[in-house]
Amino acid sequence: MSYDTGTRQSLERDAAQVVARYPKPRSAILPLLHLVQSVDGFVSPDGIEFVADTLGMTTSEVSAVATFYTQFKRQPNGTYNLGVCTTALCAIMGGDAIYERLREYLGIEDGQTTGDGMFTLERIECNAACDYAPVMMANWEFFDNQTPESAVALVDALRAGKPVAPTRGPDKLPTFKENERVLAGFPDGKADQGASAGESSVRGAELADEKGWAAPPYPAGGAAAPKGTKGEERK
Amino acid sequence: MTTLTPVLTKRWGKANSWRLAEYQADGGYQAARKALTMEPQAIVDLVKAAGLRGRGGAGFPAGTKWSFLPKPDGGPRYLVVNADESEPGTCKDMPMLMADPHMLLEGMIITSWAIGCHHAFIYLRGEVVHVYRRLLRAIEEARAAGILGDHVLGTDYQLEITAHAGGGAYICGEETALLDSLEGKRGQPRLKPPFPAAEGLYARPTVINNVETISQVPPIILGGADWFGSMGTEKSHGFGIFSLSGHVQRPGQYEAPFGVTMRELIDMAGGIREGHKLKFWMPGGASTSMFTEEQLDLNLDYDNVIQAGSMLGTRALQVFDDTVCVVRVVSRWMEFYAHESCGKCTPCREGTAWLRDTLCRIEAGGGTPADMDVLGDIPASIGGCFCPLGAGAPLALNSSLKYFRDEYEEHIRLGRCPFDRAATTAFNGEVA
Repeated sequence: MSYDTGTRQSLERDAAQVVARYPKPRSAILPLLHLVQSVDGFVSPDGIEFVADTLGMTTSEVSAVATFYTQFKRQPNGTYNLGVCTTALCAIMGGDAIYERLREYLGIEDGQTTGDGMFTLERIECNAACDYAPVMMANWEFFDNQTPESAVALVDALRAGKPVAPTRGPDKLPTFKENERVLAGFPDGKADQGASAGESSVRGAELADEKGWAAPPYPAGGAAAPKGTKGEERK
Repeated sequence: MTTLTPVLTKRWGKANSWRLAEYQADGGYQAARKALTMEPQAIVDLVKAAGLRGRGGAGFPAGTKWSFLPKPDGGPRYLVVNADESEPGTCKDMPMLMADPHMLLEGMIITSWAIGCHHAFIYLRGEVVHVYRRLLRAIEEARAAGILGDHVLGTDYQLEITAHAGGGAYICGEETALLDSLEGKRGQPRLKPPFPAAEGLYARPTVINNVETISQVPPIILGGADWFGSMGTEKSHGFGIFSLSGHVQRPGQYEAPFGVTMRELIDMAGGIREGHKLKFWMPGGASTSMFTEEQLDLNLDYDNVIQAGSMLGTRALQVFDDTVCVVRVVSRWMEFYAHESCGKCTPCREGTAWLRDTLCRIEAGGGTPADMDVLGDIPASIGGCFCPLGAGAPLALNSSLKYFRDEYEEHIRLGRCPFDRAATTAFNGEVA
């Protein structure tokens, strides 16, 4: 393993905290792989050895786990991982066009990284934000309701070193490595940034407010004991 | 007319809704305080009487699931919350955790107390960093306030919660694959039995429920079984978040009692995209059969949708208008399944790959009439797998052949897709 002493020691300190969260050490493998990516920008051979050492596994056992999950990269990832959702709904809502535009603009194919190490482009599967389609994830932060132009503008802004804010997320888009550290379970102090929810998320609640709709109030004096009977007002 | 009933979504629009102080100011943790004065069995009975069914897709009664745990033997028992929200179209749990994570934590305290658990887990998909930040922050705040830890809310009950971020794999939403993943393995499904209730996490008794299921427990404690059952239908009590996406004017999260119709929901969402008509819609994600305007007045509950030939799943209602090529959509879903099949069972691994290749060929204009036979034959042969991924993969395809077979044949006859790709996009066809 070729980590210098300082890196190795800080990895060991962090790994001990990760392992302590679980009843059994092996449960820590995914966060430890995220931790490795926060240092190396991918699941490096050194990182695999480190995780294997930490958990008492063989390197092939660690690799077997790492290669199962799409977030664990086998080559150094760009500073910004751009994932365009091209699962059916986002694809037809514009994800295909966004992906094609970025592919041309960046001059790379799915899973590749630009020569300057800035961007890795991916087609990703559904990221649970379908009411904001088409969606793009940058370092796993939400960029909602995208267009080919907004995607290109994001690339330009990041290239120019300008701060960029995700639609629902922290004030400024962190780097791939910074966010990998969060995914290892180490808070970065940005939880209180950003809105509670996006525009689409609250549409139902807002409509209910506007119309005066609500769930029935809780019974006065608290809940009655369960009687096993069915409610009355039912279709 | 059905009206909306925001309970889980009620606080999402408030400033700092995710903070403990705001949650408590709105009455947060009152349900947990009350539950901790109840006998654990009384909570299980209450949730059973309320008729709360799993909100993660399968609709299994939650209280019944909890009661399957064997009698305590002094060893650990676990609650694992499934937050691996990945079924295409499903987008309710992520905003829930971002806006109101304490409601889930409160539900977890109550459920853990009910089943005798002292260490509970949240398995969150890894591709949502800001959601994870909010969860970690909520746990940190709850611990600092004595809501979690050695004396939960001032009692002698001890509970820790670990929020765990996955690594990107749809299959980890399947409960036994989730457990293998949480144990540090490749996320592949286990053979059942044994079921997780008997041998789950670390082969110990385990309850696994979806985020929305557990988040509905605090309101049930406060409102009671009759209150909960006063909403919904006879066999699908209560309310759920209905997620509308695609070609509606105002896509979003609409929390309504079971029994609401798609026509009502589309109306609430402002109707179909201007100048277009509905072509087809999915009632519960991609792993269900599609519907058309024929089913718009169906009362959406678990059993009605099954009777109508599909599944309500996660209430992920994806709407596609008349600009959309059904072959393109179905081939994309099949790409998804082929990508996400864990590879353990041959029928699923091979079947989804063959279907993907065949569908993509047809969509690209290279299909032959013989391909139609392949599409007809393979789905029936994807059986006998460890989990339902493979069986669910061809449901959209099969139903699309029922409604739109001529569209597939037209692709083959013309040697190209007859649809205008630009016309489907949200940015009005302006394509690079």
